[in-house]
Amino acid sequence: MRRLNLKNNWLETPYVVSYIFKMSERENILGRIREALKVAAPLPGSHGDTSVHTSAEPPTSHAREWLPSVGASVEEQFALFAKNAADLKADFQLFASREELKAALLKLRDAEKWSRIASHDGELTDFACKALGLPVTITDHGYDVQEMEKCDAGITECDALIAQTGGVVVTNRSAGGRALSVLPPHHVVIARREQLVADLPAAFAFLQQKYAPDYPSMISFITGPSRTGDIERILVLGAHGPKKLTVLCF
Amino acid sequence: MSFVSQFKTRATEKSGDLRHRQVIRTALRGYEIVRDKRKAAFQSWESARQAAAETKWEAINHLDTHLEALVAKLEARGTKVHWASNGEQAREIIAAILRDKKARCIIKSKAMTSEEIHLNHALEKEGFTVVESDLGEFIVQLRHEPPYHIVFPSMHLTRGEIKDLFQKELGDAPSDSPEELTMVARRVMRQKYITADVGFTGANFAIAETGMISITENEGNARLTAALPKTMITLLGIEKILPRFADLALFLPMLATAGAGQPMTCYNTMYSGPRQPGECDGPEEWHVVLLDNRRTELLADAEQRDALHCIRCGACLNVCPIFRNVGGHTYGTTYSGPVGSVITPHLRGLQEWKHLSNASSLCGACTEACPLKIDLHHHLLQNRRNASASEPAFFERLAYQIFGIVANEPAFWSLAKKIGWLTQPLQRAVKGSAFDPAKAWTKTRDLPPQPRESFKDWWRNRK
Amino acid sequence: MTVTLFIPCFVDALFPRAGINMVEILERLGHKVVCPEEIVCCGQPPFNSGYWDEARTVAVKVLEQLKDAEVIVIGSGSCGAMLKNFYPELFKDTRQLQLAKQISSRTWEFSEFLVKKLGVTELGAKFPHKVTFHDGCHGLRELGIKKSPRELLSKVAGLELIEMSDAETCCGFGGTFAAKFPMISTAMGEVKCASAAETGAEYIVSGDSSCLMHIQGLLSRQGKPTKTISLAEVLNTK
Repeated sequence: MRRLNLKNNWLETPYVVSYIFKMSERENILGRIREALKVAAPLPGSHGDTSVHTSAEPPTSHAREWLPSVGASVEEQFALFAKNAADLKADFQLFASREELKAALLKLRDAEKWSRIASHDGELTDFACKALGLPVTITDHGYDVQEMEKCDAGITECDALIAQTGGVVVTNRSAGGRALSVLPPHHVVIARREQLVADLPAAFAFLQQKYAPDYPSMISFITGPSRTGDIERILVLGAHGPKKLTVLCF
Repeated sequence: MSFVSQFKTRATEKSGDLRHRQVIRTALRGYEIVRDKRKAAFQSWESARQAAAETKWEAINHLDTHLEALVAKLEARGTKVHWASNGEQAREIIAAILRDKKARCIIKSKAMTSEEIHLNHALEKEGFTVVESDLGEFIVQLRHEPPYHIVFPSMHLTRGEIKDLFQKELGDAPSDSPEELTMVARRVMRQKYITADVGFTGANFAIAETGMISITENEGNARLTAALPKTMITLLGIEKILPRFADLALFLPMLATAGAGQPMTCYNTMYSGPRQPGECDGPEEWHVVLLDNRRTELLADAEQRDALHCIRCGACLNVCPIFRNVGGHTYGTTYSGPVGSVITPHLRGLQEWKHLSNASSLCGACTEACPLKIDLHHHLLQNRRNASASEPAFFERLAYQIFGIVANEPAFWSLAKKIGWLTQPLQRAVKGSAFDPAKAWTKTRDLPPQPRESFKDWWRNRK
Repeated sequence: MTVTLFIPCFVDALFPRAGINMVEILERLGHKVVCPEEIVCCGQPPFNSGYWDEARTVAVKVLEQLKDAEVIVIGSGSCGAMLKNFYPELFKDTRQLQLAKQISSRTWEFSEFLVKKLGVTELGAKFPHKVTFHDGCHGLRELGIKKSPRELLSKVAGLELIEMSDAETCCGFGGTFAAKFPMISTAMGEVKCASAAETGAEYIVSGDSSCLMHIQGLLSRQGKPTKTISLAEVLNTK
């Protein structure tokens, strides 16, 4: 088939020929799979007995009972989130009011000496950007990557905070695109305390409920600032993604 | 040199390399401590393993249905899906996309599947510039060597060696501090993300229910690779399927725990399409290449089918005493360690690669460590059985046939013991020399002295 | 009860004392011990090399010899695993499968037999030395043996048990592996010996004499003072 020199450009190659080429490989592979699966493989833990069947319930539906425990109350969960974030070297601060958050944001701006930031449209990010009073690159209607590369921080909202992991869930819909939460060297998340979920199963259920079937094309679970252990297994932060992750919540 | 000779030569060299042994031991000691801590944090790691095993059983034993669901959903949102029966087809599909886009530079995030099909070499031959963005892969790319470990590609190197490497290849190595060396890589990569024509990724999981590809990483290089270039290509083996979105809630922390002793890897990202209407960035085109490359042969072996449950966490490599002593490069394959020793005979040929399944004491540490409860060490044994059934080694089989006769006839066994006792002085005389039939043992070890009275002699005498 | 004691081939030829000690312990506990003289080997060497037909030739004889045994005790984790876990596998789809399963259900490794079947841990032994215990892989991972030997050792007067960090790491013997891949086998043994040395123990104890053979072979060649001893011998020392 390579000798026909077909290119995988659907505009140039006769569609039918390309389609047949594609479909035949697909059918080859699916055909081999179906043939292979004619013989049953025993279930794990069934000791070779192929008559044992799976239950109707998905095996992972009890994951909550096996993953690390989280507290029952919101206070305990916030405490757990705080502890986990600290272990990850992420900066987490919980405020009683929007005004306190604003004050902390200004302090951060001055301490880090930000001169330019990037962000997206949103109730919380509008508030944050207005408070900071710095030149902002807004991503929502397209942006220049080189301009974003010059920004000191990326300010975003998020979908959820996860107590169990100390992590943040963003999507390209809730956090200004794919690059904003990963290109600038400092990622700042502005969140509401209601956005805290207990654990990973809750986070996935939340996302499914919020977005299905029209999911954002990118969903990302961010657990701490970027890191690597590739050199002698020594932890280094800021490998390619942000070196600093700050979560401000009120 | 045959593959088995190469393996034995390298294994012998590395087994005696005490410096290598210490470097690996130190690297893995750190991993063991955090891994045990994270496993203990689970309310029930064992229940999680069982559920994970059952989930992958469902995925693999209904692979056709799940793949069709995955592809339908991906295509519905504009993703172009390609099917490749083998590495050659996959390479051609990818090269064709690059040619079509008139790409010059392709930035890659870590993908063992791309190692498997020797993608970089093929693309570079055609004149494309291929940049590995993952730090560990970047390092071994500069050294022109394959990754040492499927999760930690540069585990075998010290900071001093990396400093020297950066000095030589990049002219930029301020010191040997891991922090500064990492920053060198960060600086080098920065503009490459922004200016690369094509971004290439692998995948950790493919979700059938929602049509998503899930990528796990710590550095953020995959996220940048999937955000900035105009064209994105993802290559994955067909066995990466998980049935449901919610399954990730268990698989992601298990992968992190077993693979690196982390509660969660830093970035776990699910992609469901190229840039959609209304989205402000992301690739305009996304090509997903599904790779068979003899996985369907492993699938057809119902006894070993669960080897396809592997999530490439590397836990089995980390606990394997063979891996720890011979190192990742000795295997000469993409997938090393226990899982590599199980699947390589299926993916590349049983007779040519059975030696990997032979080079094991069958200790079972791998099976114990596997978060998916894959019966790894028994599969090694099954590979041995299959290899000798299809092509028995004449002298070895003869030896076992003779052994069978001796073992079934106590008189022969008594005779054998007597001969052993009588020839002991002779054994001592030739010990270690070319005439010593026990040379394999006596080169480094003493043989135990054979007592005059065996147990059976004692037993008989008591009566 | 009548205990049928299965003595592995290498114990018979090279380490008879391990077997003798087992006989004496069981008799002292009031049981009749029978050692079928017709049994030479469990068949593990051809089995592990993948020559299952040849393994079956030997194993069939073992099944024949053991079919009327009330209870079978084996003084080795690896032979124990062969009978208990691997015989049913080896005889799958044959007419001996039922017998293999029955024999499997009546088979015990020596330390497990004492502790779990007989409920005995105190044997009146005295061994005033510092020791460390090596967990043979088959016993540990195929048969789940971890606690029983330690419970037995805890009752030995004067004995001080110090665990080595690599107690559960394979010593590198692996049967024919030791001869087929000698340098890897040696490297693994060196790691084991180094770990034992770190504890300062005078003796390395194990329920598997095959492992000890390999470990002792290395220690002797290297002129190291650490000694190896079978669990049965420790438990029978006064």
